[in-house]
Parts: sequence; C-alpha cells; structure tokens
Amino acid sequence: MQKRRKLGRGVAVVGAGLSKFGAYPRGVRGQDIFVEAYKEMIASIDKGFDPEDIDALYLGNLSSDLFERQVHMGPAVANRIGIVPKPTIRFEDACAASGVAFREAVIAVSSGIYDVVLTGGVEKMTNLDTTHVTEVLAAAMDPDTEIAAGETFPGIYATIATAHMAKYGTTVEDFMRIGIKNHYNGSLNPHAHFDASITDLMKRKAAAALKKGLPEPSWADEMEFLHDPKQNPVIAWPMRLFDCSTVCDGASCVLVVAEDIAKNFTDRPIFVIGTGQASDHFLAEREELTSLRAARIAAGEAYAMAGVGPQDIRIAEVHDCFTIAELIGMEDLGFYKPGEAVRAVREGENRLDGKLPINTDGGLKAKGHPIGASGTGMIVEIFKQMREEAGPRQVKKKDVDLGLTHNVGAHGSTVVINIFERR
Amino acid sequence: MPLESKFSEVAENRLYSLAYNKSIREHKLMASRCKKCGYLSIPPKPVCPKCHGSEIDVVEMKGGGKIAAYTVVAVGAPLMVEEGYGREKHYCCGVVELEEGVKVCARILGVDVSKPEQIKVGTPVKMDFVETFHAADPTHEEGERTFLAFTVLEKP
Ligand SMILES: [Zn+2]
Repeated sequence: MQKRRKLGRGVAVVGAGLSKFGAYPRGVRGQDIFVEAYKEMIASIDKGFDPEDIDALYLGNLSSDLFERQVHMGPAVANRIGIVPKPTIRFEDACAASGVAFREAVIAVSSGIYDVVLTGGVEKMTNLDTTHVTEVLAAAMDPDTEIAAGETFPGIYATIATAHMAKYGTTVEDFMRIGIKNHYNGSLNPHAHFDASITDLMKRKAAAALKKGLPEPSWADEMEFLHDPKQNPVIAWPMRLFDCSTVCDGASCVLVVAEDIAKNFTDRPIFVIGTGQASDHFLAEREELTSLRAARIAAGEAYAMAGVGPQDIRIAEVHDCFTIAELIGMEDLGFYKPGEAVRAVREGENRLDGKLPINTDGGLKAKGHPIGASGTGMIVEIFKQMREEAGPRQVKKKDVDLGLTHNVGAHGSTVVINIFERR
Repeated sequence: MPLESKFSEVAENRLYSLAYNKSIREHKLMASRCKKCGYLSIPPKPVCPKCHGSEIDVVEMKGGGKIAAYTVVAVGAPLMVEEGYGREKHYCCGVVELEEGVKVCARILGVDVSKPEQIKVGTPVKMDFVETFHAADPTHEEGERTFLAFTVLEKP
C-alpha cells in the first residue's frame, strides 16, 4: 500500500538560525522576530550567500490571524527581510507548520523547479492571555466533539496519557523524568525560553523565599519538587505545568539548497535524505489511543526514502508539546517497542550523554513552543549538533551522522518526519 | 432544481455538522454506518473512512459504554470557563467507547475530580446530556446549548 517515494535530486541544509525564544513585548511583530532568526541563519553560512539567490520563501505559521490579527504573513516577512518580489507561501499544519514548510521546500528543490528555498516559521503568541491562547490552540481540534467536550490542547494529550498509563503501567514520574531531562538541556541553550534546570529552579525558589524572610522550602529531590502542587500545579491531569511546553514567541529559519550547489555555501552541508508526512482522524475516531498512526506512517515513509531504520538514528528531536508526546513519539518512531520507552526514560538513555540523545536543545518543553517556529527549530538543532556547533550542550559521542526530526500537528492529526545525514 | 435549494439541503444533510448537533439537542447520539462495510463513525461522515463507500446510513447509538481515556482539566477551555469551571472547579472529559464499538469524545460526569488518579479506564458509563447557556460565537447563536456527556453508573 505504502508508496516508496524518492527525491528527484539531492537536497541539503546549508544554514540555520533561531531567534531567542520567549515573551517579546506587545507590538513586536512576528515578522520582526523572523528577522532575528534570518540574521542568525545568514551568519551560519560559512561562505556567505546572496539573498538574490533565494527562489522562494516557505513559511510555517499557525495563526498570525488570531494571535496578531495579521493574515498574509508570507509577504509581510518577505518585505521585512528584503526579498520581495520572491514568491512566498504560508503553511498551516497546526504545530507541524514549519516541519511541513521544510518538507515542501525539500520537495520543491528536489523537483528541480527551485535551487534555493528559504524556509522557517514564526509565531507571536504572547499578545493573548492564557484562556485565549488555549482557545486558539484548541481550534485545531474537532469543534463538534472535542471542543464541545471541553477538551483543551493539554487535555487531549492528558487523555492520551491516561490511556497509555492504563495499557502499559506508565507513571506520572515517567512524564516528570522527561521534563527534568529537557529542562536540563534547555538550561544549556541560550536561545531557550527557560534558562533553568529543575534543580536550578529549586535553588532559586529557596533563595527567593529566604530573601522574603519566609521559611526556606526544602524538597528532597526534583521528583518531590515536581509533586508539590504549589510548584507544579495540574493543568490537565496527569499533565502538570512542567509537563507542558511553554507559550512563547519565536522564529526559526533554514536554507534549503540543491545538493549540487551546496558546496558554494559551505564545506559542511547537512543532507536531507528522507521525509514523510501523514494525517489522522480526531482522537476518538482512531483505532488506537496510545500511539499516533500518522507518526508511524510518516516515519515509515521517511525511513524507506532514506534507506535507514530507527536503529540507525543517532540523535533525534521528538515533538514534546507535552511529556507524554515525547514518550509515544519514541515508540512511534520505532526507537523502542510500544510500552517500552519508559525503560529508556528511567535509565536516562536519552540524555545528552546517553545512547540516543533526544531534544538536546531543551525541546518544546524548555526551549519553548512558538507553534509555527517549532518544526524548523528542531532542524536548527540537528544542524548545529551534526556540525558540532551546539556549545555546552554538544553531545559528546562522535557518531551523530544520522539525525531525525519528528514534528506533530495538533494531537497527531498531522505528523511530519525529516531525516538528515552528515557525510 | 434551483441551486438555492442547496443551502437547505446542506443544512439538513444528516451526514453534516448541523444535523449532528441538532440530534444532540434532541438527546440523540447519531453515527454513520457504511452500507458496504458496516463501519461506524461519530460524527457521521458522508464518505466511509474505511472503504470510501458513499452509501451511508445514519443510526442512533444506544448510550452505553465505558471510559477509554480521560483527563481532569484545571486550566479550562473558554467554553468551560464560561460555565464556571477552571482552577477552582475542575472537570472531567475524555474518550468513551460505546457498546457498538465506536468511540466518541465527551464530558464525563459522576467522577470525583479531586482524585483523578482514582478514575479508572474501563469504568461503565451511560449517555447523558448537559444543557448550559452560552454567548454567541461564530458558529452558534446566543442561548441554551446541549453537550454530549456520559455519567458513571452507580456501583451495583
Ligand atoms: Zn465502508
């Protein structure tokens, strides 16, 4: 049934950049934040490049419409970075917007129509308060059943989590372990929204209490801190605050070029060797609640195109809008069998120094989840890690030759997977 | 047939949203059933998701089922905040598997939301409906709205 697709010609990433993620003041526009990512992307191109070479802009964005009352973001960004009259397209696939924009850029370049496509994503979310951000994100679900039921974006993943717990015995502590790992990684990433590990946060909270003349709080360890409902309130049980990605602003930017011209930009391009994408029904209409079928299909397509399997992947960015999402992502990608990813989580196998590092940049949890920017944000991290430019969070092992990004839209109704190779 | 009559035809089509929500207002839960393969779908679909068949019946669900997955929400959806739910008053919702084998997302009533860890997947539930007043939004007029819910059956 599944077609085996292949790229028409080779495609490479030659530059990648990220804006600082976090809350920019009201009045800062998405296109302004994109400029920050674009400048960093240009700086990453070793041999420099001429913006005139850009054939098109493929931009991921969930909803500048609702967040900023701005539609037609593509030309707004092109205007700000000075590439008018190049064609622009905005991609909306919920949280997978820029992962999809990137994949489409790869398809366009591999087709031979374009040689250089600027791709990336942006979201300016913090103009709205929590209730309204919740409303915008929930708009990616089914209005007749899911929204009518009172489901929220955290709620729908929490629903998936209880199914996983019931089927496999997964515990809330397993989710917490994923959050602890990602916060630690984020603390080493200057672009991250959260600049603190859970341990750092505990120390800060204790110091703040002392300063106010209050009794010094003491938690035996990170787990006890995360079980403290004051520090880590429930958002949608079993997802607590530190299980949820952050609402923030940010942009990411990647330059995709044809393989045969990649050396004009850099001697160290990162090659795109596989890509896959799939859609799925709303949650209740799926056969399984504990796995995202779209992820399995997209991964199967990407692995087949790349001629590799899950056992070959050395580093991955796994979509952790919620900690449960990272856990099932690890299973859907085939890194672990269903129900067995918790073993790796408990043994720390996915830490920076582990066998298979996951979300070395802090993930959406700690780096932040400016929706439209997240997909290509993951690609920025794989690019940096493969080029050994990730600074203090650079993975120590030297074999990071194959990397994967797993980018989920909404509750798995879109999933896009991209696979990268260092040669 | 004049094209204008298409408007009411779409509005009344039992496989589209408006008719599904009208049935909810009448306290009925409808599913589509593919005449070719028997596949059930909620909300009803004009094309069978399983076999692409377009010969579709609309059938009423009996209302029995069990909890397949759930959550207890503290940071509520705007719809629920309007009903007074939120950080001080949590609510339960999730996926219910009906006795007919099809699943649906709905509100879950009759559980202790202060002890979410004690709610059990597999708990039998019975169809119920919630009626509340809501302000207008782009797809609804202001007024009473009806929502699908399931209530946990009393312990035997
Ligand atoms: Zn059928």
